Amino acid sequence: MMEKMIFGRYIPGDSFIHKLDPRSKLIFVFLFIGIIFLANNIISYALLVVFTLITIFFSKIRLYFLINGLKPIIFLVIFTFLLHIFFTKEGDLLLKWQFIEVYEEGLKQGIFISVRFLVLVMITSILTLTTSPISITDGMETLLNPFKRFKLPVHELALMMSISLRFIPTLMDETDKILKAQMARGSDISSGPVRERIKAVVPLLIPLFVSAFKRAEDLAVAMEVRGYRGGEGRTRYRQLKWDWRDSTIILVLIIIAIILLWLRS
Amino acid sequence: MDIQLQKIGYSYAKGTPFEKRALTDVDLEIISGSYQAIIGHTGSGKSTLLQHLNALLKPTEGTIQIGNLMIQAGKKVKNLKPIRQKIGIVFQFPEHQLFDETVLKDIMFGPLNYGVPADEAERRARLLVEQLGLPEEVLEKSPFDLSGGQMRRVAIAGVLAMEPSVLVLDEPTAGLDPRGRREIMDLFHKLHVEKGFTTILVTHSMEDAARYADSVAIMKDGRCVLSGQPIEVFGNEQRLIEFGLAAPRIVRFQREFEELLGYPLPILCLTEEQLVNEIARVAQVERESS
Repeated sequence: MMEKMIFGRYIPGDSFIHKLDPRSKLIFVFLFIGIIFLANNIISYALLVVFTLITIFFSKIRLYFLINGLKPIIFLVIFTFLLHIFFTKEGDLLLKWQFIEVYEEGLKQGIFISVRFLVLVMITSILTLTTSPISITDGMETLLNPFKRFKLPVHELALMMSISLRFIPTLMDETDKILKAQMARGSDISSGPVRERIKAVVPLLIPLFVSAFKRAEDLAVAMEVRGYRGGEGRTRYRQLKWDWRDSTIILVLIIIAIILLWLRS
Repeated sequence: MDIQLQKIGYSYAKGTPFEKRALTDVDLEIISGSYQAIIGHTGSGKSTLLQHLNALLKPTEGTIQIGNLMIQAGKKVKNLKPIRQKIGIVFQFPEHQLFDETVLKDIMFGPLNYGVPADEAERRARLLVEQLGLPEEVLEKSPFDLSGGQMRRVAIAGVLAMEPSVLVLDEPTAGLDPRGRREIMDLFHKLHVEKGFTTILVTHSMEDAARYADSVAIMKDGRCVLSGQPIEVFGNEQRLIEFGLAAPRIVRFQREFEELLGYPLPILCLTEEQLVNEIARVAQVERESS
């Protein structure tokens, strides 16, 4: 069940995208999120889709795998699509059936928003799929460094992030284990009436919380024992290096943005 | 209830880049009423195998026959509840599954799920607490206030309360002190004999397997590489070493003893008691002949 989830997972590899500096990838994703909103007609959206496909190609991640991993959010996409279909009442009337009216503009907006959403999720998935959690937090920390002047606890934030990312798989395994143990005792989450299913969540959540707290405590003790004192004067094992690849993709993105500005109506 | 595994294979996360093969071509027959040990190193696939025994995992290849129920790779099986009630699994560190307000309620959780009336479930819980050597007061306590060993016993009681006919144990003594270890293993053996359980013990302890099992299977890299009666399996030290395992301590002791003695003892002993008796008997024979 959870094996298919791709959010926050990392697939090691040596593609062009894998080799990029995490900082450039982070900047890229943030800029891209802004750029997506420039598109407002068919041709500009087509450009975004093509660009996303090219990025996927360079990451050497199988498209099938990526699409399979998007299944959990398909519901959300369909929901926003329907909202637009039913609530935008501009343009020509395309379809009228009892109280349902579909307008041209609604259909167009629905499709655009869905594409925007999917492109966004794909690009961010590629970020996490090609960058190890440690690199992401390293990149974040260096990018946020200037904000230290404004008393932002950058190192602590990065640490919090890496700890939570680090424990996602552990907690997933734990959930799976407890779920199976309770299933063996006859509790059933995957079938039966909703009320029963909600009740069946309790025997899963309580042990999960108990073990999460225990782990947190163990980790805190282990850090203290080894003399952890925050980021002051800490050096790094992995040095980040910005090279021509990183400059290239940022440049490409800027060019895309200019083209989009020119294409948009 | 006989359990038959035929050529089963299992891969985790099939069809993704994370696909990982855990079992290949495992054949195993567990006869009703027997005590089967499954031995192997960490990562040999033994825990994956045991989850197949009550259909928590379904094989990606091969078939499993559990009593009258047939599970085939790729086919859906309906209504697994009766099977899960008959086959109780005590997972590794079972105390992690405790959740209810009181020990009593937690033990009753399993039976109630399988439609046992509340008064009957309570009767079972009280009886089990006594059988497992816990003081009666614990029934009204929160399971999280107990000591580690007591929590383990409560969790085991929670599985036994379903009155299964097959008991699957996944390293039931991991993390216990030697005395608690022996007590729990003896308890399972007593239940095995008294209640006629089919017991399946997954372990990496050669000693436990030698002491209790009627039949032993050895797992390595997801395959069942050696199986048979304990005497055959443990007598074949050469093969065991090939698989990176050592014979039980008692067997190794007997071998060393035989070297000093100059000739092998007539039988291979699997427990200390047996060996002591055997040596005494041989000594008796020696004395009489001289």
